[in-house]
Amino acid sequence: MVLPPYATLGQRIWHYTFLVICGLIFFFLIAPILTIIPLSFNAENFFTFTPGMLALDGDAYSLRHYRDFFQNPDWQQALSNSVRIAPAATLISVGLGTLAAIGLSQGHVPFRRAIMVVLISPMIVPLIISAAGMYFFYSRVGLQGSYLGVVLAHAALGTPFVIITVTATLVGFDRSLTRAAANLGAGPVRTFFKVQMPLILPGVISGGLFAFITSFDEVVVVLFVGSAGQKTLPWQMFIGLREQISPTILAVATILVAVSILLLATVEILRRRSERLRGLSPA
Amino acid sequence: MKLKSLMLTTGAALIAVPALAQEMADEMTIVSWGGAYQNSQLKAYVEPYQEMHPEVEVIWDESSGEAVAGMRAQSEAGNITWDLVDVTAADSMRLCDEGLAMEVDPDEILAPAPDGTPASEDFGEEMLVSECFIPQIAYSYTFGYRTDVEEWEGRTPDEICDVFNLEEFPGQRSLEKRPHNNMEWALYCDGVAWEDIYDTLETEEGQDRALAKLDTIKDQTVWWTAGADTPQLLADGEVVMGSTYNGRLFSVIEEQDQPVAMLWDAQSYDLDGWVIPEGLDEPALNRVKDFLYFATDTQRLADQAAWISYGPARKSSAPLVGQHAELGIDMAPHMPTNPDNASNAFVQNYEWWADYRDDLDSKFQAWLAQ
Amino acid sequence: MTDATHGPDAVTGVTPDTGLRIAEQRAGGEMVAADGTPLKRSLNRALRREKLRALALVAPLFLFIVVTFIAPIADMLFRSVENQIVSETLPRTVVALEDWDGDDMPEEPVFAALAQDLAIAVELKNHTRLGSRLNYETTAASSLFRRTGRGADDIGEDAADRFVALDPAWEEPATWVGLMASPDWIEAQAEWAAGADDDAGPEPRFELRDGVADALPRAADMYAAFARVIRTEDGDSPTEEEPWPIVCRALHGDLIANPDAAAGFDGANAQLLAAAAEAAPAFEVTGFRDTFLDIDEDWGDTTIWETIKAFSSPYTAGYFLSAVDLQLTADGVARQPEDRQIYGLLFGRTLFMSLTIMGCCVLLGYPIAFLLANLPMRSANLLLILVLLPFWTSLLVRTSAWKVLLQQQGVINDLLVWSGIISDGGRLALINNQTGTIIAMTHILLPFMILPLYSVMKTIPPSYVRAAKSLGATNFTAFRRVYFPQSVPGIGAGCILVFILSIGYYITPELVGGTTGTFISNRIAYHISQSLNWGLAAALGTILLAVVLVLYWLYDRIVGIDNVSLG
Repeated sequence: MVLPPYATLGQRIWHYTFLVICGLIFFFLIAPILTIIPLSFNAENFFTFTPGMLALDGDAYSLRHYRDFFQNPDWQQALSNSVRIAPAATLISVGLGTLAAIGLSQGHVPFRRAIMVVLISPMIVPLIISAAGMYFFYSRVGLQGSYLGVVLAHAALGTPFVIITVTATLVGFDRSLTRAAANLGAGPVRTFFKVQMPLILPGVISGGLFAFITSFDEVVVVLFVGSAGQKTLPWQMFIGLREQISPTILAVATILVAVSILLLATVEILRRRSERLRGLSPA
Repeated sequence: MKLKSLMLTTGAALIAVPALAQEMADEMTIVSWGGAYQNSQLKAYVEPYQEMHPEVEVIWDESSGEAVAGMRAQSEAGNITWDLVDVTAADSMRLCDEGLAMEVDPDEILAPAPDGTPASEDFGEEMLVSECFIPQIAYSYTFGYRTDVEEWEGRTPDEICDVFNLEEFPGQRSLEKRPHNNMEWALYCDGVAWEDIYDTLETEEGQDRALAKLDTIKDQTVWWTAGADTPQLLADGEVVMGSTYNGRLFSVIEEQDQPVAMLWDAQSYDLDGWVIPEGLDEPALNRVKDFLYFATDTQRLADQAAWISYGPARKSSAPLVGQHAELGIDMAPHMPTNPDNASNAFVQNYEWWADYRDDLDSKFQAWLAQ
Repeated sequence: MTDATHGPDAVTGVTPDTGLRIAEQRAGGEMVAADGTPLKRSLNRALRREKLRALALVAPLFLFIVVTFIAPIADMLFRSVENQIVSETLPRTVVALEDWDGDDMPEEPVFAALAQDLAIAVELKNHTRLGSRLNYETTAASSLFRRTGRGADDIGEDAADRFVALDPAWEEPATWVGLMASPDWIEAQAEWAAGADDDAGPEPRFELRDGVADALPRAADMYAAFARVIRTEDGDSPTEEEPWPIVCRALHGDLIANPDAAAGFDGANAQLLAAAAEAAPAFEVTGFRDTFLDIDEDWGDTTIWETIKAFSSPYTAGYFLSAVDLQLTADGVARQPEDRQIYGLLFGRTLFMSLTIMGCCVLLGYPIAFLLANLPMRSANLLLILVLLPFWTSLLVRTSAWKVLLQQQGVINDLLVWSGIISDGGRLALINNQTGTIIAMTHILLPFMILPLYSVMKTIPPSYVRAAKSLGATNFTAFRRVYFPQSVPGIGAGCILVFILSIGYYITPELVGGTTGTFISNRIAYHISQSLNWGLAAALGTILLAVVLVLYWLYDRIVGIDNVSLG
């Protein structure tokens, strides 16, 4: 995108206009997320910038909404539920998903396509349909309104991400490495943990992160499958947005943005590491 | 006399609470409406109860708006996760009719008044609208409006039909996303007398007439589903007037000190109370009964009025209603039942609504979507 | 070995099936493995083993998904056609209506059957639910059943009074038990009652006496129902409760139809019945039809009967018809009345908004992807973070942000007013309408457009455009004729992905969409948790699912599900 020195005036104008347009679009992408950060320090109970805030008056800012988040039992219960449900769901997704991805990558799976369709379906079916189906079905079998029900539902929603990321790392995985290990006397289990696992680990971890964020951020299914006892953070935010609107939501949102930045960084590092390990890109 | 009544009360209490010896669950899920109302229940009932029974953990579920669906699904599954549900009178009738809520005998499970009057008399027939209903409060749907709208040039709405008057009172309104009350107000402002409202609404023409009246303000209306919506919309200036529960308006006006005033004209009375889901297991039921006995006694109902401006359902609670717990203002003038506020008020005919709810809901929702 | 190393196995080396191919190609002489078995068979076995191992690895997840995800969806599909409630609640009426021609009000036997069914339904508290169910098809059914349910207790009261006036023994539960119950049951019940203190479990299940069903068919039927219901619902015993009035009314009908019914009994029962049979014709009892018309004159209208008849089968297409603004009437399928036609509108609106959102995403996503693909790696990666951050940020966070920004008193309107573009009175309505939904969802789904576009554009060699330019094409022509066609697969992939995601969205439209900016998903949720019309919710869901699956299939065709990339 470097402008050649011989560019005409029209080309220059167009070039800079294009850059401005792109800048505006990036602004559109990022600005909403950034706006809520200062608003979460609002000393008032409002959702808008007060005159004091615009004048950068220190008194107009406060940590009260953060205090509210850490002191309000509702939010704390929601946080602890989220922290309990998401890892459990992630473990199931990653465990089953990794095994299945390895199985699928072996090249001799009968009905591979059909199986793939079934395994990926939780990602494709609209959430409201999954939620409705699970609501009726889990009610019938007595899982509605239980931790187990929510964990199972979230695990099902998370597995496609694990499959996709792990399959991607397995593409180009050199099978002769496992054979070499077998040749050197390692059993299948040992081969898996010593040879295969370290190589696909970045994929497994980033798949796990996807599964985690799916569960951690999921609200439709938990609204239907869960009951008040399993109220998660997104659920509490949803209620808050629909019912008792308080800027505490913005404080929570800011915290979640920080968490996403952390996760994003982790995935990015893992991706680079994986590419380096597999020699797909120059180190 | 005083001693005697005291002995009577304690005696009755001792007889009525054999539950103490029984096995009781330590966790209780209470379904309510969220917001200021749930907070008043927390302060007046739950926190004092937890002080007496620190082992009890209460989980709140803000699903009262979807109580019928939730209880039906739970009953179908045979897996009851709610222990005590706060519903409106019409919903309680519906739940009772479908056998989803437990029928209760007020005199058996509720405390008598301090003077020994049995609970059924203390509440009275007009409160005990269905066999499953344990009343808490009388509230009303009423309008609040902003007092600082420039376009109104100093006029303030003082009667219900100003809601339909876009010329003098321009701006967005908020109305509930249900036919209840809206249909009645619309017909009244279309010239139907109060006593003919429900007869008119029974007919197709009457329903169309009400919807046609609502059509005149449809594109200026935000539809709310939760009681906190209108107060928030008013406080943010998103709407200039809107209907909601009177208690929610009270907190916007008095507690949050917003430029909002109350339009008491043609307020619509309704009741709210508890139902116990049918099919609770023994320990959970014992805990719920123990809690209810405490939470619906005369003092507790009066205490609730210190947090929100709803009229307690017991006659014996009325004289105990005092001042707001934090603001120290008299609550009585803010009660919907106060005679000064009751001009032109109507009582929502919940029996009629229980019958016609399905008919009108489908029609109203179709109208909304068009 | 040579041929094996050229194909797709270049990386994986020899596997059993390539080995097998090689073995087959080596026509001359059978090759033998080390242990002496023919190589072909040995390789076949190895191949089978490998297949099984792969399947065994996939199986746990497959079963898990089938149980936790596919089964619920299948269950929901089933709900969209399920309709047992009518035939289960009104079994007798449904049978009696079979011969009804639909022209006039049904005859007395149909009303008699309805009275019996309703008496039971009211005790079981099923009638209001049935009313709600029928109300989905014809308005006013719900209120009709509720009103009738309140009067149903009294049906037959006049007959009961006459019987008791004739002989007070008819008031005694024991009389009825003696008449109706089998001797075995009476014995078992007495035994149970004697030992009831010792926690003997529930009372034995009621049994009718032999022959009573032939002599007094309706009364026996109703009495058996009475005994069953009070045992299960109220925990009472027929030995202690006077039967419902409708049982007397049924007995009256039986005695008129069969005056010699007493012949089938002996002793006191025979005398009692004979006396009743003699007196019965003189009893003044209201007909069932008149009783119902008295309770509510709507029963005289054929509409409700047509509806019951049309929906009497245990499975129905009715919900699907409702979902496409049609209805099942006695004359077949017809349009819904105009004021109830909303689903066409809602599906249309969902499609329109999804397409608009998709279009906005292409417009905004294409320049960004182009920029990213044409920047040096390092700066592209840096800018990519600006795309990935929203992608990783909680959906609710982004929705809350838009709620804050778009309000009339929100940041955007404040800015516009402050900059003088609009006046304070002319603040724009950006939320609680379609605008709000489209803006917020474009923002939320934009990364799903940029990422696939970017990954396709990265593979377009810049030399093509340079070649075109060196051949004299202007910048614009080079882009339009050379670059753009190569980026079309990315646009296709991004569009389908965004479209699939947006068409089923629920949370964001619910929070910022008001009434005009909502999707079909919001309607589904409304039917699940508000109107309780679960069958219609399931039918709408099934249609939505079908649309998404077709798109999914297209996506698989164009992109391949294996190639979905996640940043």
